[in-house]
Amino acid sequence: MTALQVEHVSKSFGGLQALDDVSLQTEGEILGLIGPNGAGKTTLFNIISGFLSPTRGRVTYNGHSLQRRRPHQIVRLGIARTFQIVKPFSDLTVLENVLSGVGMPVYPRPQALVRRYRTPVSLKQAREVLAQTGLEAWADTLAANLPIGLQRRLEIARALATAPSFLLLDEPAAGLTAQEAEELAALIRSLHEQDIDMIVIEHNMAFAMNLCERIVVLAQGRIIADGPPAVIQQDERVINAYLGQEESDADHQ
Amino acid sequence: MSGYIISIAVFVGIWVSLALSLNILVGYAGQVSLGHAAFFGIGAYTSAVLTVRYEQSFWVGILAAILVTGIVGAFLGLPSLRVRHDFLVLATMGINFVVVAIFKYVDFFGGAMGLVNLPAPALLGLSFRGGPAYLTLVWIYAGLTLLVSWYLSQTWAGLALNTVRIDEEAAEAVGVSVPRFKIYAFVISAALAGGAGSLYAHFIGSVFPDTFAFVESIAILSMVIVGGVGTLRGPIFGAVLLKSAPEFLRFAQDYRFTLYGALLVLMMLFQPMGLLGKESWLWNLARRRFRRAPSSALAPEEVS
Repeated sequence: MTALQVEHVSKSFGGLQALDDVSLQTEGEILGLIGPNGAGKTTLFNIISGFLSPTRGRVTYNGHSLQRRRPHQIVRLGIARTFQIVKPFSDLTVLENVLSGVGMPVYPRPQALVRRYRTPVSLKQAREVLAQTGLEAWADTLAANLPIGLQRRLEIARALATAPSFLLLDEPAAGLTAQEAEELAALIRSLHEQDIDMIVIEHNMAFAMNLCERIVVLAQGRIIADGPPAVIQQDERVINAYLGQEESDADHQ
Repeated sequence: MSGYIISIAVFVGIWVSLALSLNILVGYAGQVSLGHAAFFGIGAYTSAVLTVRYEQSFWVGILAAILVTGIVGAFLGLPSLRVRHDFLVLATMGINFVVVAIFKYVDFFGGAMGLVNLPAPALLGLSFRGGPAYLTLVWIYAGLTLLVSWYLSQTWAGLALNTVRIDEEAAEAVGVSVPRFKIYAFVISAALAGGAGSLYAHFIGSVFPDTFAFVESIAILSMVIVGGVGTLRGPIFGAVLLKSAPEFLRFAQDYRFTLYGALLVLMMLFQPMGLLGKESWLWNLARRRFRRAPSSALAPEEVS
């Protein structure tokens, strides 16, 4: 079983404590990570994926410490991520975007200088990912010209192309229409059925509650609740920290 | 062909190689360098020192020039791992000044008087000095540079360099070791410029520090930008245009760098992708004019 373990992770930026003694372990479920803005969700993703190193604590994946590993090395261990603000390779085609995910983890070393990237094998792999994510029709479109909903899907496709066993999805449903969000949820479930575990950061409450089997709530850098959606929805602290905030916003209107 | 035309053609060939080599760094990897003349100079001096001081042949000289400049390129590429964009431009500019100063003030390199009496290449007792033979050699090298540039664009490394150019974080996130590929780009770009330096030195027969000064870096970058950064046709066109035009417009010779500067400003304002770059009006015009009837190979379904 694949397991991601976050142990007592703290991160401070100067005087700001972004994460404070966060510990969690995944158990093969779709884990939802929610919390108000500035709660430290993306910081946690950045630490797991190697873009930031924790001030204290450590992260291990399948027994490998992720300490001092660079992001591209963590991808090779099987953890891929998406970004909250999409980062498509804008002047490459959708197919080339996905090809980059197919090949980069496999050709890190000097052989990359001599191996051509458009091979029958790499193209087949890339087209499979495009088919899985419903992007075949846009294979030759420049990524920059995709509408935002499809750019979000490309973000996932590119991560998927690296053949991950674990996915970190940072607000995959942001800016999507209700129907697009539904299609996305179906895609995420189908990926999970293929034994890809994941943590999903989500602002859209309904989406997260619907999709995830377990939810962890972060507020001001600390975990304040951890459990199944039904329990989280009733949790006093969560309502105060997060849901309550929205309700009180609604009251003001 | 008169000797004069031949020497212009030799220079154009050398600068085509320089522009193509810089394009790997700027156009592929997105690392803007204002120090390319330093690599040009390191190649020229490596070859000059080996042939003049150690009496090696031109062939040893040019191979060593490619090798040494490539290795130096790896080290001079290190700043690109720490700084980005405008700071890298400044750092590479600084490197250019330092390299020229070393040529100028270290006696081993001949100081301001440079190194003279470089031998011409010879093969089987035949000298390549001047003439069509040298011209052929130079254009074979330019062709080689083109081949390397093209092949690189077809490899995983070429794709990786594109991802680095567009977004370093996203590149890391798909498994690209950004530092490694930046250094690859510096090494390849520098090595190719080094070979061009050797060809230049042995054509002129001497090397002087000021030939490789910062202004030459601007000239080479202008060729890449004016032609069309990131493409293969662009740097070739830019080098041919900017290197040969002042020769034919003799009156402009003294204002060469003014012309380059003004061109750079105009290009940045009106055609930042270059005259023959992606989606430039000239390139689009040419494509419209010369395009054959709608290609059936590409979209057969649409025709039927």
